[in-house]
Amino acid sequence: MTSFNLTGTTASKISSTLTRLRHQMGAPAIGMVLTLVAVVDEAGQYDAVRAATEAAREHPSRILVVINRDPAEPNRLDAEIRVGESAPGEVVLLRLYGDLTEHADSVISPLLLTDTPVVVWWPGECPKVPAKDPIGQLAGRRITDARSAGDPVAAITGRAEGYVPGDTDLAWTRLTPWRSLLAAALDQPIGKVAEGVVEAARGNPSGPLLAAWLSDRLNAPIQVSESSGPGLTAVRLTVAGGEELKVNRSDARLATLSKPGQPDRRVALARRPTSELLAEELRRLDPDEVYASTIHRLAKKPRS
Amino acid sequence: MTKPTKPAPGTEAAKAAEAAEGAEAPENVVPPIPATSPAAPVEQSTAVAAQVAATATTEETVAANPLRDPRDKRLPRVAGPCVLVLFGVTGDLAKRKLLPAIYDLGNRGLLPPGFSLVGFARRDWAHEDFAQVTYEAVKENARTPFREEVWKQIREGIHFCPGEFNDDGAFDVLSMMLKEIDETRGTGGNYAFYLSVPPKFFPTVIEQLKRTGLAKAPEGSWRRVVIEKPFGHDLKSARELNAITNAVFPEESVFRIDHYLGKETVQNILALRFANTLYEPIWNRGYVDHIQITMAEDIGIGGRAGYYDGIGAARDVIQNHLLQLLALVAMEDPISFDADALRREKEKVLRAVQLPADLSTGTARGQYTAGWQGGEPVKGYLEEDGIPPDSITETYAAIKLEVANRRWAGVPFYLRTGKRLSRRMTEVAVVFQRAPHLPFSKDDTEILGQNALVIRVQPDEGITVRFGSKVPGTAMEVRDVNMDFAYGESFMESSPEAYERLLLDVLIGDPPLFPHQREVELSWMILDPIEEFWASHGKPEGYPAGTWGPASADAMLARDGRAWRRL
Repeated sequence: MTSFNLTGTTASKISSTLTRLRHQMGAPAIGMVLTLVAVVDEAGQYDAVRAATEAAREHPSRILVVINRDPAEPNRLDAEIRVGESAPGEVVLLRLYGDLTEHADSVISPLLLTDTPVVVWWPGECPKVPAKDPIGQLAGRRITDARSAGDPVAAITGRAEGYVPGDTDLAWTRLTPWRSLLAAALDQPIGKVAEGVVEAARGNPSGPLLAAWLSDRLNAPIQVSESSGPGLTAVRLTVAGGEELKVNRSDARLATLSKPGQPDRRVALARRPTSELLAEELRRLDPDEVYASTIHRLAKKPRS
Repeated sequence: MTKPTKPAPGTEAAKAAEAAEGAEAPENVVPPIPATSPAAPVEQSTAVAAQVAATATTEETVAANPLRDPRDKRLPRVAGPCVLVLFGVTGDLAKRKLLPAIYDLGNRGLLPPGFSLVGFARRDWAHEDFAQVTYEAVKENARTPFREEVWKQIREGIHFCPGEFNDDGAFDVLSMMLKEIDETRGTGGNYAFYLSVPPKFFPTVIEQLKRTGLAKAPEGSWRRVVIEKPFGHDLKSARELNAITNAVFPEESVFRIDHYLGKETVQNILALRFANTLYEPIWNRGYVDHIQITMAEDIGIGGRAGYYDGIGAARDVIQNHLLQLLALVAMEDPISFDADALRREKEKVLRAVQLPADLSTGTARGQYTAGWQGGEPVKGYLEEDGIPPDSITETYAAIKLEVANRRWAGVPFYLRTGKRLSRRMTEVAVVFQRAPHLPFSKDDTEILGQNALVIRVQPDEGITVRFGSKVPGTAMEVRDVNMDFAYGESFMESSPEAYERLLLDVLIGDPPLFPHQREVELSWMILDPIEEFWASHGKPEGYPAGTWGPASADAMLARDGRAWRRL
């Protein structure tokens, strides 16, 4: 891997350095499919880059990492460029100082790959309305993560307010295996679900989200109850007759599915690393309408 | 109905061909209801991408299951509860491909809760022994990383039934075992029987499944049978084989696996042609000069002597893989991507295929002789273990075909395959006509070839476009350059193995990627006259191992003023 540091630079210098490095390596036209912008602070930078690079193995991308530094310092742009065999695409870490922290979009915009999708990801703090954010405006897909907010449940409940098609949240992505398992369990009809319970660790944003999805789809009241975790631990759906469909996961890896009139079965249901969540997000870049109706349900707002 | 390829009138093949049409007629009058009817007409335009991605959820399933929503594209297609019964688990294919593919499906969360795997073989094994064999196969050959929890889920459903195929007792035990699994694992009587065994055992196994009543699905459940190629060795044997399976399993329950069709690039041919506007306008005789379809192998026959001798390259590869590729490349756009529409278009093309008038100049065959292959001295075909020294089996076959329809009339399709060629490569090359007029001087364009679009199937799946470009400098000199799209570069590591896709399709019951019996028979109708001609016309021409085949194959193209692509 080749790493290259530029201090006090500009977007056009970064751009030409990228081209030059690519040519030096003999692969000027690699098939990158999208630009992934990660907006993150210095502390979260390492994990974000790692997850993004791993996700880029499935979706070769140009990864731009925006790190805002001290706004009190004089204006400066520092860039660290990584190109190489270990990373399928290109990684550029951008450190912004001074007033430039307010104008990150002016740096990002010329570095986007031409005519391919742009995805912005806020692994930590995120703007209230991602689509109105200067960088968010450049993207067709905006990924937030409610889990990293101070109050995760409040954060996910508030998502509906600033929702614009193209938004999604990793708290929702984390639910895909659960939703897939529940949907598969209901492929053989069990009758009308009267009520249900989702058990999750305290403060886990995915719990209320799953409950909202279930109540939206099944049109039944679904409670959220606290458990000792980790993460989601159980879903219980009670059919009108009083029988129960139950998914239990106590060790964050293997779940047990219990269905009326059927033997218990164990199913792999492991929690996934961020890189896999991100890779799932990048697989489809159209608006996630089901997510939209779920967060609106969660916010107790009629669907718009 | 258009007539199929016509062998000389009055021959056996011609009579057989007519008989085939008669036999199929009723099936064509009442087309089988597609398993997945298109959700809405509006969606048909977007159907290409959606179906290729294969995550379509139909309206019916939504009604039955409120948690399913066609807009919810994150939820994968998961098969319903079922049991996969694998005959021939000790075989190479099972260890290298099938067992790992099952694990990979599990790892991607695509196996249903309660999914069970039953192995059947002539081994004195307990369930644990088979689980151990599976474990080792998965550890060694799985595509996705090993995860303990996924293995635990699969391990719980692994069973083994020891026995021989002609042992009634063993199949009674199997039948009991499956009933028990239904109770302990909730698999609801849904069984898929995978016959990974030599074709000579098919009749016995299928008869046993019939005798024990396993072939007959009770109301609300399904039974499917999966068979591997070869589907016979000529039209007659293909029909016999089909008669055996169809006497027990209805056609819609028979899944014929041609693993080539499960490959991402092969499916991508459909996306390339029908999801883009760029290629379709020039995809015809107006622009295309000819098409070359190649499957070259660098290996010899290895341990397959017993199977290969008497079969040969044409039956082994052209009849199934290459003719299927031809059908996909040449077919008209299907009205949708369900099995019925897709197969209908492929059949139309296969029916329109015409053999060259003179088989002696329109075909070529060869047999490798001792030589150097990739830096190693290798034996000739006749010196291989288990091959009779007077064998006339061909290890290289090339044929020239035409597709007699409006789109392709006059465009030759050259098909070639061979063993012990200089490298392993499968590709479809669409070679375009030269520009009608070149405003450059003759010297400037001397080294300019024909434009070509190449679909590489393996290795390094992708698409290459070749076109002329100016050579830097003051002179106007035009030379060929390649523009390359590597499938693995834009979508790395996400390409599932062909067997994963095909196994999942079997468990879901989605047949578009499996050839129908009619396609199998049509392919044999194309190949049988060539095989008959070869059988009665001497020996194949020798070619040294590690080269690009016999001289007669090069002469075949040279007569048309063309040459094989150097791969």
